[in-house]
Amino acid sequence: MKVSLFITCLADHFAPQVGEAVYRLLRRHGVEVDFPAGQTCCGQPSWNTGHLDDARDFARLYIKTFARSEYIIQPSGSCAGHVRYFYPEMFPEGSRERQEAVAVGQRTYEFTEFMVRVLGVKDVGARFPGKAVFHNNCHMQRELKVQEEPLEMLRCVRDLELLELPRPDLCCGFGGAFSIKEPEISTAMADDKVDAIAATGANLIVSSDLGCLMHQGGRIEKRGLPIRTLHIAELLWEGVQQNGR
Amino acid sequence: MVAKTPFLERVEKALADEHLRGAVRYTAENLYMKRKAVMADLNALAVKGEAIGTFEELRARAQEIKLHTLAHLDGYLKQAAEQIRKNGGVVHWAKDAEEANRIVLEICKKRGARKLIKSKSMVTEEIHMNHALEAEGLEIVESDLGEYIIQLAKETPAHIVIPAIHKTRRQIADLFGAVAGHELETDTKTLAGFARATLRQKFMNADVGVTGANFVVAETGTICLVTNEGNGRLTTSVPPCQISLVGIEKLVPNLEDLAVMMGLLPRSATGQKITTYFNMITGPRRPGEPDGPEELHVIFLDNGRSNILATRYREVLTCIRCGACLNSCPVYRQLGGHAYGSIYPGPIGTVLTPLLQGFDQWDELLQACSLCGACAENCPLGIQLHKHIIHLRGELVRQGREHPLMRTALKAVHFAWTRPGVYRFVARSAHLGVKPFIRRRADGTEYLDNLPSIAAGWTNSRTMPAPARKPFHRRWAELQREEGAK
Repeated sequence: MKVSLFITCLADHFAPQVGEAVYRLLRRHGVEVDFPAGQTCCGQPSWNTGHLDDARDFARLYIKTFARSEYIIQPSGSCAGHVRYFYPEMFPEGSRERQEAVAVGQRTYEFTEFMVRVLGVKDVGARFPGKAVFHNNCHMQRELKVQEEPLEMLRCVRDLELLELPRPDLCCGFGGAFSIKEPEISTAMADDKVDAIAATGANLIVSSDLGCLMHQGGRIEKRGLPIRTLHIAELLWEGVQQNGR
Repeated sequence: MVAKTPFLERVEKALADEHLRGAVRYTAENLYMKRKAVMADLNALAVKGEAIGTFEELRARAQEIKLHTLAHLDGYLKQAAEQIRKNGGVVHWAKDAEEANRIVLEICKKRGARKLIKSKSMVTEEIHMNHALEAEGLEIVESDLGEYIIQLAKETPAHIVIPAIHKTRRQIADLFGAVAGHELETDTKTLAGFARATLRQKFMNADVGVTGANFVVAETGTICLVTNEGNGRLTTSVPPCQISLVGIEKLVPNLEDLAVMMGLLPRSATGQKITTYFNMITGPRRPGEPDGPEELHVIFLDNGRSNILATRYREVLTCIRCGACLNSCPVYRQLGGHAYGSIYPGPIGTVLTPLLQGFDQWDELLQACSLCGACAENCPLGIQLHKHIIHLRGELVRQGREHPLMRTALKAVHFAWTRPGVYRFVARSAHLGVKPFIRRRADGTEYLDNLPSIAAGWTNSRTMPAPARKPFHRRWAELQREEGAK
């Protein structure tokens, strides 16, 4: 099987190790991976702030870049959700571009969604001691409707205790530009989320969205709390390496 | 530094008010959980064939009913008006708030009415009816417990369904105590008992009862009131004259459609299968009937609604004001209703207020949303509120109503990132570009702090990861080599 990796602008800039983890895990399960060179960003920042025409340019670039990809794998539920849920409505109904947008959305997968639903892999053979809470980002749970897949993968990780978070559906307050435009509200939301996580006794927040993790992790660092944030692919890959030792 | 806007001042005030935040969080969470449980019950019953449909099925039917009604609104309004007249009621049409208030005043004047009692109604809040009547020397008393509290506090409702959601028992006891002239205990029995005794007198002495309407059935001309306290029933049965103010979007074609709506409204609003009281008022008192008003007026209000009909936002008019979007909104949960500054708060208020009243005062509301989509998920009409917020932000951008620095930043991102070569160059230079703001942790890893300008919005309360010295796309070739060498 051959897939293309869309790294996302956030992982490219701030967390290349997440891209590496996704790549290594896919390779480990016999998947061929390419990395189309023209890729940049899904365009969510433009769309969410109302720069709708600009957002369409990003959609066109993505569609063009991945025109020949059978599967497009993203380490972000939010960006994958944006592609699948919002790209189509950027183009007139009945247009060729609309068709292409729908099709590219159907070929786009969030990483755990692809692993579980397409590859049928839940257990990657990882060992990772810790007490973790999984934070599902809003677009992943509501637009992609991916909720169980990451949990199923985490439950297979040896020595990892997965703790229940009350109201896991509540937004953590990242929201892209919202976190900068409305920092007071965004931070209050982060505090609620982080307090709820701390109350479970977790020392690890795992997510498939780097934005949420940067936001929660940044708040945790300012508050000096003993909780680590980790992308799910990173946890799984670290866990595979630990298990191998 | 940019001056604080009134909106930001309200936000800061709300966030600093621990009483308010505790009260709002408690009640919103409670309502959210009750709604969730009752919808699960409904789905279980529907599977056994003991309910008229699952939540999703009812939602689809309700959408169809309301969108059909809006598509033929002129016809249904005409039918409703004819039916109300046939039933013995009087129909009025009000273009805006001023006209509606003038009609109410004229009715009162004609009857020599001085004292009015009102059951809970958001549309009368929308037109600031109490102010208009009080300015003419009339007395108007709110009879819904929450609204009564708000009226005593001289505030506006902080929630569409639970107006006093932000008040603690102590605060309510203090407000009632000031009326009673002595201190009151904070238990429910004392507080509700005091309101009941005080309001009972007001009902008996009222010249006019004022209501809104949850629905008006076009086929029968029936005004439907959904309440839990019985105040709606007293308002429409004791005073000799009833005035019902109705937004033109409140119509449903027939009683069968009403049943679908009633399957959704109490469940979505308060997590109840059915409310304690449900009034269907079809005309004034008929000869031989022991109670009910001798005169019944229905005022259909536009107040900006018809302007929305022909836009992409039409479905916003299908809203039945259940408040489920407020209860599920993580921003409302932090702020309560008053920070919004609008009569309708939360997600529906964020969308409806600028549509009804324009952007001038309300453009900032549209930024107070993380686009999480919980509102749309819980809306019994499936209104895509977060999508509408995005498109309304689009209107703001087109009109140049945007923070200039934010605009510059987003335009720069668009320029650079839609050109892959430029994107890669910028990504490679990012680490160098932010060097002055890079800090080092004890373990040697890097992060950013004290960023300038709009980015300070982030780093004032959160650290930021430092850009990688080598972005992923620069590591790709070596990663491939490593895997290939295995």
